[in-house]
Amino acid sequence: MKENKKTYWKGLEELTNDPEFVKNAEREFPEAPSVLGGEEGSSRRDFLKLMGFSLAAASLAACEAPVRKAIPYVNKPVDINPSIPNYYASTFASGGDYASIVVKTREGRPIKIDGNDLSPINGKGVSAIVEASVLSLYDKQRLTGPYINGEKADWSSLDSEVKSKLASAGTVKIVTNTVLSPSTQKALDLFAESFGGAEIITYDPVSNYGIRKAAETSYGVQGLPTYHFDKANVIVSFGADFLGTWISPIEYARQYGKGRKISKESPTMSRHFQFESNLSLTGANADYRTPVKPSQSGLAVLALYNAIAKKAGAASASGAAVEVAHLDQAANELWANRGKSIVVSGSNDPNVQIVINAINDLLNNNGATVDFSRPSYFRKGDDDKMNKFVADLKAGRVGGVVFYNCNPVYDFARGEEIEEGIAKAKVSVATNGSMDETASKVQYIAPDHHYLESWNDFNPRSGEYSLSQPTISPLFDTRQAQDSFLAWAGDDSNYYDFLQDNWRTSLFENQSETSDFQEFWDRSLYNGVYSVNSESSSVSGDLDISSAATAIGRTYKADNPGTELAIYTKVGIGSGAFSNNPWLQEMSDPISKATWDNYLTVSQKWAKDNGVKMVEGATKKAKITIGDKSLTVPVLVQPGQADGTVGLALGYGRTKSGRVADGVGVNAYALLDASKGFTNYDITEGVTVEITSDSYKIAQTQTHQTYMGREFVIQEATLADYKEDASAGRYKPQIYKEGEFMKPSKVSLWKGHKYSQHHWGLAIDMNSCIGCGACTVACQVENNVAVVGKQEVLNRREMAWIRIDRYYSSPEGSSSNSELERAADNPEVTFQPMMCQHCNNAPCETVCPVAATTHSSEGLNQMTYNRCIGTRYCANNCPYKVRRFNWFKYHDNKDFSAVNVAQNDDLGKMVLNPDVTVRARGVIEKCSMCVQRIQSGKLTAKREARKVKDGEINTACATACPTDAIVFGDMNDPNSKITEMLKIEENTTSALKEVNEERAYHVLEEINVSPNVWYFTKIRNKEKTEA
Amino acid sequence: MQVTSSVREPLITGGKTLKDVTHDISRQVEGKPSMLWLLALLVSVGALGLGFIALAATLWEGIGMWGLNKTIGWAWDITNFVWWVGIGHAGTLISAVLLLFRQKWRMAINRAAEAMTIFAVICAAMFPIIHMGRPWLGAYWALPLPNTFGSLWVNFNSPLLWDVFAISTYFSVSLVFWYIALIPDFATIRDRATGLRKTIYSALAFGWDGAAKTWSRFETVSLILAGLATPLVLSVHTIVSFDFATSVIPGWHTTIFPPYFVAGAIFSGFAMVLTLMIVTRKVFKLEDYITIGHIELMNIVIIITGSIVGIAYITEFFIAWYSGVAAEQYAFVNRAFGPYWWAYWSMMTCNVISPQLFWIKKIRTSIVLTFILSLIVNIGMWFERFVIIVTSLHRDFLPSSWAMFYPTWADVGVYLFTFGLFFTLFFLFAKFFPVINMFEIKSIIKSSSTKESK
Repeated sequence: MKENKKTYWKGLEELTNDPEFVKNAEREFPEAPSVLGGEEGSSRRDFLKLMGFSLAAASLAACEAPVRKAIPYVNKPVDINPSIPNYYASTFASGGDYASIVVKTREGRPIKIDGNDLSPINGKGVSAIVEASVLSLYDKQRLTGPYINGEKADWSSLDSEVKSKLASAGTVKIVTNTVLSPSTQKALDLFAESFGGAEIITYDPVSNYGIRKAAETSYGVQGLPTYHFDKANVIVSFGADFLGTWISPIEYARQYGKGRKISKESPTMSRHFQFESNLSLTGANADYRTPVKPSQSGLAVLALYNAIAKKAGAASASGAAVEVAHLDQAANELWANRGKSIVVSGSNDPNVQIVINAINDLLNNNGATVDFSRPSYFRKGDDDKMNKFVADLKAGRVGGVVFYNCNPVYDFARGEEIEEGIAKAKVSVATNGSMDETASKVQYIAPDHHYLESWNDFNPRSGEYSLSQPTISPLFDTRQAQDSFLAWAGDDSNYYDFLQDNWRTSLFENQSETSDFQEFWDRSLYNGVYSVNSESSSVSGDLDISSAATAIGRTYKADNPGTELAIYTKVGIGSGAFSNNPWLQEMSDPISKATWDNYLTVSQKWAKDNGVKMVEGATKKAKITIGDKSLTVPVLVQPGQADGTVGLALGYGRTKSGRVADGVGVNAYALLDASKGFTNYDITEGVTVEITSDSYKIAQTQTHQTYMGREFVIQEATLADYKEDASAGRYKPQIYKEGEFMKPSKVSLWKGHKYSQHHWGLAIDMNSCIGCGACTVACQVENNVAVVGKQEVLNRREMAWIRIDRYYSSPEGSSSNSELERAADNPEVTFQPMMCQHCNNAPCETVCPVAATTHSSEGLNQMTYNRCIGTRYCANNCPYKVRRFNWFKYHDNKDFSAVNVAQNDDLGKMVLNPDVTVRARGVIEKCSMCVQRIQSGKLTAKREARKVKDGEINTACATACPTDAIVFGDMNDPNSKITEMLKIEENTTSALKEVNEERAYHVLEEINVSPNVWYFTKIRNKEKTEA
Repeated sequence: MQVTSSVREPLITGGKTLKDVTHDISRQVEGKPSMLWLLALLVSVGALGLGFIALAATLWEGIGMWGLNKTIGWAWDITNFVWWVGIGHAGTLISAVLLLFRQKWRMAINRAAEAMTIFAVICAAMFPIIHMGRPWLGAYWALPLPNTFGSLWVNFNSPLLWDVFAISTYFSVSLVFWYIALIPDFATIRDRATGLRKTIYSALAFGWDGAAKTWSRFETVSLILAGLATPLVLSVHTIVSFDFATSVIPGWHTTIFPPYFVAGAIFSGFAMVLTLMIVTRKVFKLEDYITIGHIELMNIVIIITGSIVGIAYITEFFIAWYSGVAAEQYAFVNRAFGPYWWAYWSMMTCNVISPQLFWIKKIRTSIVLTFILSLIVNIGMWFERFVIIVTSLHRDFLPSSWAMFYPTWADVGVYLFTFGLFFTLFFLFAKFFPVINMFEIKSIIKSSSTKESK
């Protein structure tokens, strides 16, 4: 088509080929604008103009965000792909607190901890402390290198000095908390041997020595029994907070949760009796809870023994009679469920534990629910030995003392004496990772790695092993303590080889699955756990309780007139070892809903008698005196507290923990009684509590205690009623329209959504939820939720995306508002996890003026931070009050740097989840149903050209839950667990699902906001209520 | 054409002549500022300055400076907003509605009342902006402007957006209406002035020539603007009430809100006009223009609107009981007997009981008592908004989130700032603008040019 080719000219110049045109033809602009130069050269004016421009440009450029350096890899490490997380199985252990975990790392940084599903102990569940421990890795207050006499030193001089000094120190003692690791134990033994057979003294901040001693007395077993709460139809606990803090709470919660699952097909659940003085998390979940004073608790156990013995035809023991409600009922039901029941006690008194052993034996629970044939090693502390050590240390009989990651100056009853004694020892060494109360007193500090930087193995239970592996190279110049011990013992092998050798000889050689050690090792490391199968059986022993009963008769009284103090541990803070972690400090206590404090819990009666009325956390301080020790503590009115008792939590009052925990609360360890050979947590004599005139404010996240009889919030029933009618306790509001009553969902202003792909939802079983709060911390970690500090919690501005509402029942027969506002003296407790309900008719979405919160095509209520202008109208209009506003700039703000470590400190920021935005000041935020996880799960499925599998995507809260109370899933998927749970019959793409499960309900159904979160009624295993 | 009945009480007393009117009103503009005025301005500017500290702290640090929390997302901010908007209503009602109804008595007060409207709306409009978490973006993102964000539009479902339209319309119409009416008076002042003042007032007078055609056009524009402003009297507060009425929160979700808010707005607006006029007539010696008759008439409006508001309060309670909705019932019981009972009963006393005193002629014709009661009504109306906003929010559906609101110094400071702003503007207006509508007044004085013997 050559003839059709035409030439176009841009102008006459081109046509005429004007020389001026040709010169400039290639240039876009005929004449470059000249700034400097030109015909006459630069003038002074030009210079000034240019200078003015540069100045303005420079100042404008300075307003931009500061340059942040990102250094690319020159050689990309294998396995580290930007934005792709890696997961490593590992183990959390602190003292005897144990969890097998999976660590999520991003770009080489550990950022999240989940439970290890393969673990037979904790499974996929975790606790708040385990979840939060990842932040402790990035704690700037950890020691950055070895210290000699308070001066920074280097490792070689520390090693040579420690070796030579210890060799000439005389008697050397090694103090440690429970060591779960067999290899560490071996290294310690080696070390001890090389210094003249140094004695290793084990103690635990929260001691269960009584159980250990009783196991030894009754059965000759070294260790704690293994409990099976899931196999028990009847659970009786005397003050053991096994769901919250007792020994291995994640494991027990997991078992307990199984026994509390209920459905129309199998309407059975365990029945739980709790006899305790403080209202514990476990007591809050009990079907029957009886407040008992600590001074009576031993007698109550004895009374139960006698009741059972009578049925069994065994000899009864003598003991003063006590009036304890529900004790006879418990005895009858225990007897009816022989071999399928369990009795536990939280007492540290060996005599009480001997009687408990005898009760379980009479009930044939030995070997069934209480297994001594496969003992657990979570607590190896020996209070007796420790007390002897303190006496020796004080008397100057200890030449050298080595503290292996323990802090007895703070967390042992006789801490002050230890503090004095350390100065008398010739050599003192600690491997503690921070300059804590003990480390600051010793001459040599050889700081250990954080556990996420270490190799180790664990043997939490006979036949169960697990490994931990480093997930990041050490951040500081620290050294694994085991390496230190080996070095000081003169062994130059490193601990990793030592560990492998130990596994080779002890485990590899006793198995027959593989003949290749590397394969065995790699598999164990990959799984994180390794089990040696063994059968459990009953262990026979000497169950004569006469001497124990006599001792109990001496110590316990049926009518102690004085005030009694029951010292307990809180779910979030525990022994206080991790108290420098702001996530834990700000975690709302499951029962008191208080943060950033410990306090004296008092009964409602005591409060009334002493004129204390708590309004919005405002309270008075009280002075508690025991002998010559006294503390001034704020008072917290605690419904359910046994009359005549007060409670105080351990783990607070740290002085050298770091800037987060120092000065928070008071140290209750000093009040513990060590005079009886075991650490006694129940102080029954010589306690006086006087109210002072000092005012104080306790920062609580919830200040209203009851649910005001609002059935549209909490729906509950007894098991007996449930058996008769699966929809018992359900509140079914009806709306009247055009002559008939109908479900509120039938009347709507809205056209409704269609979800053609997925329809995400949550099903929350209030029967399984024990209120432990692991989900709240998991959410905080996953979603970079800011910590705001005590003052802001007092201002009612905590940022939690998921909270657990804790409601007490009102006194029976309450009807007026003022009566309903009061909690009963011994209330029933209900926990309700509350997060964004992702309403299909969302009130927040309609009111936002800028459409910053919108509905997704998969049923999610989305928040667009970038678009939010912060009118807070959505938060006001949210009937569930789950929206949180950024009142201040919480990140990079020195006002919050002390508490919001993860968003202020350069090291702390390494814990942030890169998939979730850190929110700016002035915007609203809320639960996103972990949309980042949903997106990543969908992407994976898309890449593999398949549908998303149920269970593949899970929210942080559901993952962390030890009892599977929260189930996440796709309600459009006919095979998903949530569809099955809710009995969604015909699958439609409509937002409105026909849910046939009788227990499932929407909170606030009558306003028809149509949430995608369903709650299951709470069922209490109680006899049918009258009326 | 003006027909005045010989038996009807004159609206302007003192037998003023046209010259007297011009002189009496212009005197304030032309004379040296009095000590009293200077002092008042100083106090206002002081309040403005002090309040600015709180405002600056809020803008710099964040909304956290206020006492709001996770449960109570609005408190003083929106209370103040609704209160100021409400106050503004009297000006429009007086100048527009009363103009249409040919109520001549309005003439003495409409200028100042309209000025008050404009200043009150400025104060009010401040709050929706500063209460935002990110006002630097929200100030223009809330407008339906074309943008580069793609097809990102505002949410037309949101009552807050309706507010944006309602308030901006109201402000512009009021401003234009007020300014147009000022032009003939500016011309009068211009004609009497010399020097710099003449230049300024010439500019302000827009070249007014007083020709018959000009007057005719002027009348037409006034009538059109009055017609436009009249629906605004009803619509603005109706839309403001939608912020609450369309929500799901018990105590907010109430269909009675639109009429009840409008009545409340007029109620508070008249009270504010009274407060200001009683002071102005005293300071500027305008007793002959703003007479007891004016005050009495305004007090009667207060009785009526106060009674409407009172009935609305009682109706709300009745409906809460009648609805059978537990949360709704609780919200109202909680108002009266919950932790904020004192706010509720302050509101009831100030708004329902105190205006009933105006049934007594002695009280409604007493300057001192009217002044006191006008203040009480304004306090009561502030509490009304506080009660609606805070006591409804602080205990809504889930008792776990129930909380209390404690104001901080910044809350008080920002409120003080708006007072400072309002009075600074008002005093400047009173000094430099003719506070009484001279040309209209001249149409209702009895004699034309000679002094009438008493």
